[in-house]
Amino acid sequence: MEKVFEKPVSIDEKHFSYCAGCTHGIIHRLIAESIDELGIRERTVGVSPVGCAVFAYEFFNFDCVGAAHGRAPAVATGIKRSRPDCIVFTYQGDGDLAAIGTAEIVHAATRGEKITVIFVNNAIYGMTGGQMAPTTLIGQYSETTPYGRKAELHGFPIKVSEMLSTLEGAQFIQRVTVMNPASVIKAKQAIKKAFKNQVDGKGFNLVEILSTCPSCWGMAPLKALDWLKENMIPVFPLGVYKDRDAGEAAGAKAEE
Amino acid sequence: MGKKVLMKGNEAIGEAAITAGCRHFFGYPITPQSELPAYLAKRMPQEGGVFLQGESEVASVNMVYGASSAGVRVMTSSSSPGVSLKQEGISYMVGAELPALVCNVQRAGPGLGTIQPAQSDYFQATKGGGHGDYNIIVLSPSSVQEIVDMVRMAFDLADTYRNPCMLLTDGMLGQLMEPVDFGDYKPMVFEKPWALTGCKGRPKNTVTSIYIQPERMEEHNLKLQKKFAAIREKEQRWEELSLSDDTEILVVAHGTMARIVKSAMKEAQEQGVKVGVIRPITVWPFPEKAFRNLRNIQTVLVVEMSAGQMLEDVKLSINGRLPVHFFGRMGGMVPTVEQILSQIMSLRKSPAKL
Ligand SMILES: Cc1ncc(C[n+]2csc(CCOP(=O)(O)OP(=O)(O)O)c2C)c(N)n1
Ligand code: SF4
Repeated sequence: MEKVFEKPVSIDEKHFSYCAGCTHGIIHRLIAESIDELGIRERTVGVSPVGCAVFAYEFFNFDCVGAAHGRAPAVATGIKRSRPDCIVFTYQGDGDLAAIGTAEIVHAATRGEKITVIFVNNAIYGMTGGQMAPTTLIGQYSETTPYGRKAELHGFPIKVSEMLSTLEGAQFIQRVTVMNPASVIKAKQAIKKAFKNQVDGKGFNLVEILSTCPSCWGMAPLKALDWLKENMIPVFPLGVYKDRDAGEAAGAKAEE
Repeated sequence: MGKKVLMKGNEAIGEAAITAGCRHFFGYPITPQSELPAYLAKRMPQEGGVFLQGESEVASVNMVYGASSAGVRVMTSSSSPGVSLKQEGISYMVGAELPALVCNVQRAGPGLGTIQPAQSDYFQATKGGGHGDYNIIVLSPSSVQEIVDMVRMAFDLADTYRNPCMLLTDGMLGQLMEPVDFGDYKPMVFEKPWALTGCKGRPKNTVTSIYIQPERMEEHNLKLQKKFAAIREKEQRWEELSLSDDTEILVVAHGTMARIVKSAMKEAQEQGVKVGVIRPITVWPFPEKAFRNLRNIQTVLVVEMSAGQMLEDVKLSINGRLPVHFFGRMGGMVPTVEQILSQIMSLRKSPAKL
């Protein structure tokens, strides 16, 4: 009988340590499939963040390094500049990338670093137990916004794809989600493209993935997917924000 | 080869790094070390290397962390306020056992301080500096020639022990011009089977500093401590001047300060004072072995461009056997030969006060 579904080679034997229903796992799989399909596993170096994905290097079956909180783009820069033949990617949460690591991501994009960034936006700090993230929505409850996020107190959610797409150094920026099978297929295409671009010597490539955190949102996994669709997508519209290959016309073209 | 060239201390750091096989530099501008990045910005492309100005010291040191994890010889440099920011990356590199050279061309603090020279980052450099139980090897050069020799030594030591190594100097030596001989040194060659190069033909490599189970984390700490103990045993370096059986006064100083202390020593000797000098070359590991046999020495004077930091290591090494005095200036002010001389003379004149 023909095998129609198997574990990507780029995924290791270890069981994921994510909470039940967390979409981090789906995103890992999409990365692994893309790397397998592009045949680049043996020259890939992953940079895992500080956040729930801190142990991503345990789950991937290729060379990986753990970075300090927010510094993954700088670490990736150091690797890519010393081993230009390696395919280097970072995997970062919203606290990691859009709070403590804002300078590092902005400047990696500015320099047009030939790396790939997988940015998991779940609107919360998962690992530390559900504090406000830079992407937490107005009105959203968290441990540190117990009365809901208020613009006058906490500012507004930061829109990373929109912001980075204004930078000349950025090659490809797309926002996707993994809330249903159709969106997972789209997310996979975006991730694969973000790697393929690097294989072709093009950077900087970033895919923002709207993701759920059922545990810290205090919701059952299915409810969390609905919440994402109803609340996150209106604030963080899906779409291609920058694709230098498609010309500037494609810039800032949201889908929905 | 063997030909002397006139060079500024900061530039000599750069050329020495290139001769040591370093082709990657990541840094952020700060006075008084600016000649170094300027020099390497020119030289690295000529050597097929990488010079990259990061967006901050935090970013730069994490670029160093990345490049080192990929197995190349890599360095960064800064001055005091910038080195404070690099502590994150240094702690992570120790934890992940990554070699690198970090230069601190010190200026006076605290805070923004001033761009004049100081030795007031001694505690930060030798007592860890960042979080966690750790040490880095810290070399304190006293001349531009020594800068060259120590930069090379630092890379070899860093690779030998898989630990960051620091060149601790200051704005005065950084700006000083002296003739140097680059000789015909060849860098040591290291296999780095742990490096991230892509896992072709081998199982995957992982570089990290996190061990979430406390038992494993303690094990990792014990391994690091064993390494530090080996470094303490094998790598203490110092210079002794005029130490003989009848030396009565010992002066201890390192780096730039030791140069000035040497002149004061000579003047004191001309006036009949039996004075000698110990100059720590490694300030971590501190050369406590140098203080084991102090013969006829009656009293000790420590001189620093600080409020008295190395002083503590000298006291620990002497362990109450002799009185230890201190003279220092801060804020970018440098003790003069006359001031040191008068300290030495006062120690001789009033031994009762000891
Ligand atoms: C310098 C530093 N500051 C703070 C922390 C604590 N910390 C760990 S993870 C995290 C936030 C993680 O949130 P995010 O990046 O959104 O990732 P998620 O866990 O949601 O996937 C914080 C603040 C740390 N480890 N290091
Ligand atoms: S805390 Fe949230 S983001 Fe982290 S694993 Fe659990 S569900 Fe996923």
